[in-house]
Amino acid sequence: MTAPDQGAGPHAPSLSDYRKHEQSITLAPVEQQIADAQTADTREELLTLNFGPHHPATHGVLRLLVTLQGEVVRDLKPVIGYVHTGIEKTAEDKSYWKVIPVIERMDYLAYYFNAMAFCAAVETLVEVEVPKRAQYLRVIHLELNRIASHLIWLGTSALDLGAVSIFLYCLRERELILDLFEMSSGQRMHTRYFQVGGVFEDIPRGFEPKLREFLEIMPERADEYGAILNSNEIVLQRLRGTCPLDAQTLLSLGVTGPLLRAAGNPWDLRKAAPYCSYQDFDFKIPIGTVGDNYDRFAVRLAEIYESVKIIRQALDGLPEGPFITEDRKIALPPRHELATSMEALIHHFKLVTEGFRVPPGEVYEPIESPRGELACYVRSDGSSKPARVHMRDPSFVNLQALSHMVKGNYIADLIATVAMLDPILGGIDR
Amino acid sequence: MKREPVSAGPHPVDPDGLRVRSLNSAQLLRGSALEGPVQPVHMKGAELEEEELERHVHERVLTTSLDKAVAWARSNSFFPLAFGLACCAMEQFHAAGPRMDIARFGYEAFRASPRQADLIILAGRVSVKMAPIIRRLYDQMLEPKWAISMGACCSSMGVFNNYALVPADKFMPIDVYVPGCPPRPEGLMHGVLKLRKMVQDDPAKGWRERYQASGTEEVLPEPYAGGSAGDVVEGPREGDAEGA
Amino acid sequence: MTSSKVRARGTRRVPDATGLELIARELRAEEGAGGGAGAGSPVIETVFFRARATLVIEPARIRAVLARLRERGYAFLCSLHGVDHHPDEPRLGVIYELLDMGRVDRITVKLRVHSDQPEVPSVFPDGEDGPGWPTADHQEREVYDMFGVVFRGHPDLRRILMPEDYEGHPQRRDFPIGGEPVTFTHNERAALGTPK
Repeated sequence: MTAPDQGAGPHAPSLSDYRKHEQSITLAPVEQQIADAQTADTREELLTLNFGPHHPATHGVLRLLVTLQGEVVRDLKPVIGYVHTGIEKTAEDKSYWKVIPVIERMDYLAYYFNAMAFCAAVETLVEVEVPKRAQYLRVIHLELNRIASHLIWLGTSALDLGAVSIFLYCLRERELILDLFEMSSGQRMHTRYFQVGGVFEDIPRGFEPKLREFLEIMPERADEYGAILNSNEIVLQRLRGTCPLDAQTLLSLGVTGPLLRAAGNPWDLRKAAPYCSYQDFDFKIPIGTVGDNYDRFAVRLAEIYESVKIIRQALDGLPEGPFITEDRKIALPPRHELATSMEALIHHFKLVTEGFRVPPGEVYEPIESPRGELACYVRSDGSSKPARVHMRDPSFVNLQALSHMVKGNYIADLIATVAMLDPILGGIDR
Repeated sequence: MKREPVSAGPHPVDPDGLRVRSLNSAQLLRGSALEGPVQPVHMKGAELEEEELERHVHERVLTTSLDKAVAWARSNSFFPLAFGLACCAMEQFHAAGPRMDIARFGYEAFRASPRQADLIILAGRVSVKMAPIIRRLYDQMLEPKWAISMGACCSSMGVFNNYALVPADKFMPIDVYVPGCPPRPEGLMHGVLKLRKMVQDDPAKGWRERYQASGTEEVLPEPYAGGSAGDVVEGPREGDAEGA
Repeated sequence: MTSSKVRARGTRRVPDATGLELIARELRAEEGAGGGAGAGSPVIETVFFRARATLVIEPARIRAVLARLRERGYAFLCSLHGVDHHPDEPRLGVIYELLDMGRVDRITVKLRVHSDQPEVPSVFPDGEDGPGWPTADHQEREVYDMFGVVFRGHPDLRRILMPEDYEGHPQRRDFPIGGEPVTFTHNERAALGTPK
């Protein structure tokens, strides 16, 4: 269905005869209907509907005040704060090492990314170098997390559109990824695996074969999901041509990530300003053309393949070496040293009780999370606790684009757009 | 009508129990031609007396109280409210997912409306802004209802002990607390099964007396409080001022 | 400036110290930048720390400074966030992170206001001095909510994360962190105030 304020653009799918007949029954545009209605002595009024915060289709506790005229959305105001956790305030109260688990729980689907942004910021402040092996391990886990995040996005979005079985398929793959995370760190989510200076532990022996197995399976499964959804008439009708927004407006709204890439702008921090050895890997950035919901969906689905490529290259090229910096003032010494070296014992003691001190300064460190530019601003005053930690969350900024996207479109398109926007309320509300 | 026991040997056997078995196939086939109609024992209930009757009933009828039967039914068919707040919701999805299948136990019917649900699984951190809303949802649920607090954040304050969060038992009664950050899907299932056992064993919800948690009702905001229970809020009627 | 410099692969491009000084000099030179004739330079100081460039400016001139930087190519406002320098006065800081996508350059603009007069012109709405930055909408509301900085000119400055009627600005350094007392057996009664 095309929204009332747009005609069938150049990207409308080719129509079968049945569809052509269906579309020959035209409805006048909404303004015309209203004008007719007003002359026909009936009343129409705007209805403001409260959408959430408890609603099966809002991804998390998002509250939307939607002003409707019939079925057409005239205005939209998001109300957030329903899962505000005071993470940034809590982080000021803890030593740098202890901030990592707190900050991981912000964007709760991209937990490695939160930790990466914070660790990168602190590493910049402390001027410590992350060894190459740790960088590659970080990349592997980051890209696995990206795939896991996209799988939940795909599952819940398809659930919103009505394709319920995709949800279970995506969870099946995500279980494999969480098994891998559990292998490397012991936890499925919020693993505290990234530490300042590297990663917490090296990967265990069975990790590589299991990961390779997963890398064989994942592209086939992604093909399956693509096949199921791309041949589903309902999904195509709901996504194609709905709620497009051009790249210029998105840029002025501060939107980054797959939403911007769907509109055609190939901005990706992994390519533009590579961090953490991303320049060593060969991968493509999928971009869309129109910027409608279908492009957003297709971009994220394509990113799964690219992430698989990156992981494969990282695994093939995984260098030997330490998995965390050798600087004992920042990173815990390995346990076997504690039995023999007095300095190691003292370092361990100081790090665990007080934590390391960071020279005063401020730094803003951006990375590319599955939702866009995730950045961490850390201000330190020389003590062992940060003076201010702020996470620039992509969903918080992307949410501002929602009202621009859905104005003038149907409420059913609103549901599809919220799904394609991929908001994570933990990140929005922090 | 009584028959002579087939075997009156040194081990007295239960005549009823053996009656059918003691007939050989020839006898069975000949049926009513032989010594009168052959009735299967289990259909003889109306004709049994006293001791046999008691044994008959004991073997075939399960006695219970209505409470227990209803508790058994209720405990095996929780309808959870589809309510996820934060990271624990992701593990809740996995509990409903293909590996740790919540449908094995009968709890896969996640309802969107609180009116249709009887189990609220608070999955995630409860912020100050969200607490009244959760309380309202809980009040809208119909008795009997149960609440599981999933995760450390709503059970206690979890990782974040600060101004923005409220532990769930500060504003609503919780039956089972599932610790973890986030708890594994197996952990959530353990909690749900624990609740199941609690419901089966104690239909009167005696565990609630400690915090007087029965009889919660929805408190409607002022404009509706004056109407009777069956009032439907009507739109503007004809004759009303426009926009009223 | 930076485009002529050879960039090592994998490093981030930001205005280097020279580039930053050139930008600051231009801003200083345009005395009337947002302040009218004779208003003085908007730039208080420049900081180049860990290869990142920062301009500290007068709060009242923020719109003009951002407009000038937008003309120079920094057209993407990544982030607008607040910081509390308590107990140093002026304590409330607002930080604007700008990005030039074409040249992959970043620059930070900072300003500081006193807590008893925390007014900063909002960069969100379009004004007579040029178009605004639509991305600043929710972000300024968050800074207001958490720090109490009032953005003059913002059409809808309400609390965004805390409940509307909340009192206090939580992320100020002197706001107590709050929370529940940790109850052990020995202090359960005292902490919760309930009879066992």
